Parts: sequence; C-alpha cells; structure tokens
Amino acid sequence: MPVKKDAVKKDRRQSQIGEIWRRLRVNKGAVAGLCVILLLTAMAVFAPWLAPYGPNKMNAGPRLAASSLKHPLGTDSFGRDQLSRVIYGARISLYVGFIAVGIGAVCGGFIGAVVGYYGGRIDNILMRLMDVLLAVPQTILAIAIVGALGANLVNLMIAVGVSQIPRYARIVRASALSVRGQEFIEAARAIGASDLRIIVENILPNCMAPIIVQSTLGVASAILSAAALSFLGLGIQPPTPEWGSMLSLGRQYMRNAPHLTFYPGLIIAVVVLSLNIFGDGLRDALDPRLRQ
Amino acid sequence: MLRYIFKRIVFLVPVLLGVSILIFVIIHLAPGDPAETLLGPSATAQDLAELREQLGLDKSLVLQYFTFLTNTLKGDFGRSIRTNNSVLEELLDRFEPSLMLAIFSMTLAVAAGIPLGVLAALRQNTWVDTLCNFVALLGFSLPGFWLGLMLMLLFSIMVPILPSSGYGEWKQLIMPTVVLATNTTAVIARMTRSSMLEVVRQDYVRTAKAKGLNGRLILLRHIMSNVLIPVVTVVGLHFGHMLGGVVITETVFSIPGVGRLIIDAIRFQDYPVVQGGILFFAFCLSLVNLGVDLIYALLDPRIKAQYRAG
Amino acid sequence: MLLSVKDLCVKYVTFEGIVHAVNGVSFDIPERGTLGLVGESGAGKTTTALSLMRLIPVPPGIVERGKISFEGRDLDALSGEEMKKIRGNRISMIFQDPMTSLNPVLTVGLQIAETIAAHQNMSEREAMKKAREMLEKVQIPAARYKEYPHEFSGGMRQRVGIAMALACNPRMIIADEPTTALDVTIQAQVIELMRDLRDEFSTAMMLITHDLGVVGEVCDRVAVMYAGEIVEEGSLEQIFEHARHPYTNGLFRCIPDIDEDNSRIQPISGLMPDPCDLPAGCCFHPRCPECMEICRTRKPAPFTENGQMVRCCLYTRGGAGQ
Repeated sequence: MPVKKDAVKKDRRQSQIGEIWRRLRVNKGAVAGLCVILLLTAMAVFAPWLAPYGPNKMNAGPRLAASSLKHPLGTDSFGRDQLSRVIYGARISLYVGFIAVGIGAVCGGFIGAVVGYYGGRIDNILMRLMDVLLAVPQTILAIAIVGALGANLVNLMIAVGVSQIPRYARIVRASALSVRGQEFIEAARAIGASDLRIIVENILPNCMAPIIVQSTLGVASAILSAAALSFLGLGIQPPTPEWGSMLSLGRQYMRNAPHLTFYPGLIIAVVVLSLNIFGDGLRDALDPRLRQ
Repeated sequence: MLRYIFKRIVFLVPVLLGVSILIFVIIHLAPGDPAETLLGPSATAQDLAELREQLGLDKSLVLQYFTFLTNTLKGDFGRSIRTNNSVLEELLDRFEPSLMLAIFSMTLAVAAGIPLGVLAALRQNTWVDTLCNFVALLGFSLPGFWLGLMLMLLFSIMVPILPSSGYGEWKQLIMPTVVLATNTTAVIARMTRSSMLEVVRQDYVRTAKAKGLNGRLILLRHIMSNVLIPVVTVVGLHFGHMLGGVVITETVFSIPGVGRLIIDAIRFQDYPVVQGGILFFAFCLSLVNLGVDLIYALLDPRIKAQYRAG
Repeated sequence: MLLSVKDLCVKYVTFEGIVHAVNGVSFDIPERGTLGLVGESGAGKTTTALSLMRLIPVPPGIVERGKISFEGRDLDALSGEEMKKIRGNRISMIFQDPMTSLNPVLTVGLQIAETIAAHQNMSEREAMKKAREMLEKVQIPAARYKEYPHEFSGGMRQRVGIAMALACNPRMIIADEPTTALDVTIQAQVIELMRDLRDEFSTAMMLITHDLGVVGEVCDRVAVMYAGEIVEEGSLEQIFEHARHPYTNGLFRCIPDIDEDNSRIQPISGLMPDPCDLPAGCCFHPRCPECMEICRTRKPAPFTENGQMVRCCLYTRGGAGQ
C-alpha cells in the first residue's frame, strides 16, 4: 500500500512540475531569463576553457587598452584581459549569490517553521528579533557585519545571507501558522508522527512555491549586494576577479578607460535582470491566481 | 489617534534596544584592535594599554554595552576614535546631505512610479504595459553604483553639463537623486500596477460605474484611494533599502553624508562612529515607518477605527 | 413599455471556452411594474441585469445581439456619455453583496451624494444635504452620513445601497439578489423597505432572486430563467398557481412547507448544464422528469396563452398540459 501511495504522490508531483513548466514556457521573457542564467552558469563552470587568458595574468596585453580583437573587452591598469576577468567573475558572483541565499533560506526557513509550528513565546521572541533585523537597513547590516568580521569571501556570504533571513522566516512562518491548526496535522500527531516529520512533510511543501520564487529573486539581490559591498571595498579583495571590485578599480580610470567600468556593471545588470524576470515568470507560473 | 502614536513610539523602544545590542555585538566581533589601528605598528605595549583603558576597551563586553547604552540615552554617542569629535555632532553635521538626497529621491520615485504603474495597469496586456514592466524590472535590477558611474561618464565626462561629485549646489544633487530613485521608482511602479489591477476588479468600482460617475472621478476618487494603500506600505518597507542606497550613492558621488561617514569609519575601525551611524539609520527608518503607519491610517478608515479601539 | 428587451444574447470568451451566459432573452417591464427574474445561480440573471446597464466587462464579455429599449430609446445606440446620464439616474442598480459593493475608504454620505452631484445640477453641499435625506428615507439616522461602510452592519449597508439607487429618483431599479447576502431576519426588513420605497417613488423594478418567497411578496410578473433562457413567464398568479414548465414546478417543490410533511421537499435532480457546452434540444431535458424523445433534439418554441409564456415541448406539440 505505501508503495502505491508514494507512486501516486510522485505522479502528482511530476504532473505538477509539468504543468508549471507548461505555464512558464508561454512566458517568453522568463524563458529568455532562464537561458541567460544557464549560459552564465555554463560560463562560470567552464571558465578555464572559455577565458582566453588567465584572470590574473598581468601584462597579457597593453595597459588600459580599449576593445580590440585580441582583447574584446579591453585590458585594465595591470594589462589583465578584461574578458577573462569577467568570465571568472561569474564564478564568484554566482557562488556568493547561491551560498548567501542558501544561508538565508535554510536559517530563515528553519526559524520560520519552528516559531510558526510551536507558536507562543518562541514565536514572539524570534519575530521580535526579526523586527530588530528589519529595523536595520539590509545593506547597512551587511556593511556592518563585513566591516566587523573583515572583508573576505566567506564573511561577505555570511553578511549577505544573514541580512536575507527575515524574508524567508516570514514566508515559512505564515505557512506554518496556516497549517498548524488544520485537522490533518492533528491526525498526523494522533498516529504518532514526530514534530520534525510533520514540519518536513506538511509545512515545507506548502510553502515551497513562495520559497522558490523568493530564492530566485534573492539570488539576484544577493549578487547585487555582494557586488555593492565589493565596490565599497568591503567584499572580495583584489586581485580576485569580482565584478564589483573590478568596477571599483576601473573607477579611477573613468576618463581614459571607461570600458573598465562599463562591462563589469553591464554584466551584473544582465544577470540580475535575468534572475528577476525569471523569478517573476516563475511566480506567475506557480501561482496562476496572481496572473491577471 | 494620539494614543496610538504614543503606543507606537513606546513600541519603538524595545526594537531600538534590540538594534543597539545587535550592532554592539556585531561591532565587537571584530578581530582587529582599534587601539593598535589608532596608534600604528610602532606603539608600545604601555601606550596600547593606556589607550584601551581610555576608550573603555579593557572592560567586559556587557559592561561596555551598558556604558554605551546609558551614554546613548543621554544623547552621548561617544567620541570618534579618529577625530576625537563627538559622534552625535559628526552625525548631525553629515545629516543634511543624506536627508536631502533621501527626500528628493523619494519624491521623484513617487512622482514617477505611481503614474508609470497606473499607465501600465490601464493599458494592461498591451505593448505599453510590457514596456512599463520591463522598464520597472530594469530599474529594479540596475546596480546603483554602476548607474551612477555611467551617468557620470555621460554627463560629466562625455557631455560635461553636470558636476560629477560633491555637495552644495542643486546641480550636484541631480545625478545622485536619479540614481537613488531608480530602484524605488521601479518598486513603486510594480506595486501600483498590481494593486490597481486588483482594485479595478472590485465590486465597488462596478457600483461607481453603475452610478453613472464619469471616468476621471472613478479613477481618482474610487480607484486611486484604494490603490495607494498597499503602495504606501511598500514605500515604507522600501525606505530601508533606500538608506542602503544612500551609503552607496554618497560613496559614488563623494557626498559628505552619514553613509560616507559610516564607510570611512569602518575603514578606520572607528567603532563609536559606526555604531552611532547605524543606530542613527535604524532610528530614521523606525521614524519613517511610524510616519507610514500614520499615513496608512489616514488613507484607510478601517485601520483608523482599529487604532481608536486599541 | 418602460423597458423592452428583445432577443438578448451575451457570451464570455474565456480560457476554458465560450460561455453562453444569456441566449435570446426577451421581456418587457411597464411603468411601475415589477418583474421577478428567478433561477438558480449561473442561469444568467446577473449578466442580463448588467447588459441592461451596459456594464458587461468587455473583454471577456461580448453582447452578441439584442435590442434594449428604455423610455423609447434604444440603449445600444447611445454614446458612452449619454449612457452615463442614464446609469444611476434613470436606471439604477442595487448589488448583491453590500460588503463589497460600497467603497471602503469613502463615507457613505459621499457615496450617495456623488450620485446626486453627477446627475443633478447641484453643489456638493446641496448633494450632501439630499444624501442625508436619503439616509433617513432608508431608516438610517442622517447623522451617520460621515461614517464609513465598515461601521455599518450588512443590512444597514444594503440600505445605503438602496438610498444610493433611489437618490436620483430613477424610473427603474435593478436589484440583483439584494437580500441573498443578508441574515434571514434582516432580509424581510430590507424587502419590505424596498417595496415601500418602490411605491413611494413609483419606480419600476426588476428583482433578481432565487427566492420564490421574496418574489411572491414584491413582484407582479415573474420570469423563470434556466441556462440563459427564460423558460416561463407570466403574472405572479399564473406562475404561482398554474406553473406549466417542469422546471418551474421543480422550483416550487424545493420550497419547504411548514404545513406539510417535510419529506415532500423534492430537489431537482442533476446540475445546471455547463454553459460552455449546452445540451442539444431543450436545455432542461437532462434533468426533466417529463422528458420526451423530441426534447433531446428540438428546441421548444415559446408558447403563449393568456399572457403566460412557456418554452416546453409538452405544450408546443399538443397544446395541452398534463
């Protein structure tokens, strides 16, 4: 019997995913966004094969050279090939984006599920804590964390991740609250299911859709925050090829070599825009009621 | 209503207290030693110890926090390690540019975002709607620091008509205002659009049509009054985001505001200034949210009634 | 005739298919007459009402054909501006759900006054004074004009809706299930108020409901709607005493009767047909207890006798009842 039930469950899930994909496919923007994201991921993974030069190879060409056939995006003040650095930069940005969202979603999701499920005093205390987190502007909180812990990759991810916790906590908490009082939870308890199992099996699936959407948009905002912090000199330090710090470096040569600021920023904009368009499309596909 | 305002202000206290603890803990997680930073590598052990004592760094964290808290409540945010000026004075000195920037940007964002959203909703599913949506998403996705640099490139270097940095004359505020407003405009436009699409389907709009009112009256009186309610909420929620933008914009355009002050302080490990600055931002954000709640009550009589009851 | 509707057809184009909401509806309402439009939900009553006001949302709605003349004027031929002068002024409407049909952020006084200001050459202040009078007329203290809808109970809100509808002294009122959303005890009060005010203002009325009891109290003619068609129409007495259509008879059998044994309540079996996919022949045949072979294929033509119209093959074939 359980085998059959699982099979039915699996079937239903598959048909659900199919349905979502069918709805998503109609949205040309979302598909285009997804393609750009996939291309970028491929670029990050295959960076060593794609990049014409090493990202930190100095004097790969003349210094501050404009775009040319040999250096399509020009070179920076150390003569490093800008295209190679942009390609390697995708690794850092996507890495930071996904890990930061992972931190935020896992911590936030856990907090939200626990406080929503148990309610009462824990709920009160943790939600007040979220109020406190929300009372500090996100970027400024991240700046403070990186400022205190020191500017490096790990701290950057922690800072951006922590500042994203409240949004996931809220979604999961709302879902847990709405599920908590329902009869099937009582029933699950009656047959002796553990709290953890109830949370994992009943509460999380109910808020997967908003979590997925929020995560997609969250990756976009994490990439943006990380780049901003690096731009301020509070994130990834040179010579690591990171888009934000490349911009910061290029800024000094705005007059003579504007390409140094133009391309890294453009690619940040493209990535973030693609993620946002895709996230939007995903939301419409997951919740057709919202679509008008 | 007054009672409600009072209640809200009282409610602010624990939040700000929490923020002060949070900031204090984060700042004191720092691995570096400000005394060392301040005196440089040549300082003797005795010099360092003296300075630590002078700054209260030798006491326990809890004690340091309570000293910090009681001083803060007295309006004493401590002294900057770097300049030895009072932190409060430094903050107030730098307040005006940040405030101007925030006010101008919010005004621009509201003035541009709401019409954009209304236009998109009125032309739903046409190319106008698609274009408005795309522009909004673009505005939402552009990194502020890059947009700032590109505007600078365009209007200060290629066609030099605007000053690239500084603060003092109105021309210097144009580009920073646009940069800071872009993101908020996008958020407001998107919220206005979806709120409007929701409202036009409501029964009371049909009632208004059935009464034979003219279209402009229905739009302005019946639709917009309801559309604005969620938009105001979003403006409030987004204000924190905007304060983050203030830091970045001030850095890009070299504006001597509170944001720049905080960034510089972090570079010099000037804890009191960082602490005070962030607390100051949190305080501003809380005040704005209080204001937003009051506007909310003005717009929605149902909320107002709850306040009266509570 | 004050209002005359001929062969009205309305459909909605949706993702699921084309919904044939109203299929060839015709009826007349004389000055001061009251027509009850009866039927289950989904029969097309509200769509009929909205088409009279030309308030069918387009898209997805399409008014395929039909002629609506009111006070001798063809409503379809009117411009948007001219139509606005009719809405709320010559014909006004009372909606089903008083919880959602009033604007939550405007005072009830203003919502009544703006109707008056829109149609009568009056300053806002005069309109507000008139609005207060209207509130008194619906038995709400005029002093409450400054209050918002959420401060009123459902019944009170519906009274506000009635005041709004009557504010310009219209020639006709369309009331779309005005009491469905209210408590039973309040329903009677609201119905009584509507009847009294109808007489006082001597307006005609079209009352849409699925409650035959309400029809019996207020209406002088009754039209029974099923799947977008009027299947039977006649005077109150004709429908209540000598109903001919099996559907009408079925509706009456659904009403519990305190004098008789409760086991006599007989719901009509089956469901209203899917308006995207109406059955061939008579729309009612799948549920009809007296269904004949011919009903499955032939659409019954209207059969009229003594001003009572019925669309049923039982009558068009032999001309006689059971």
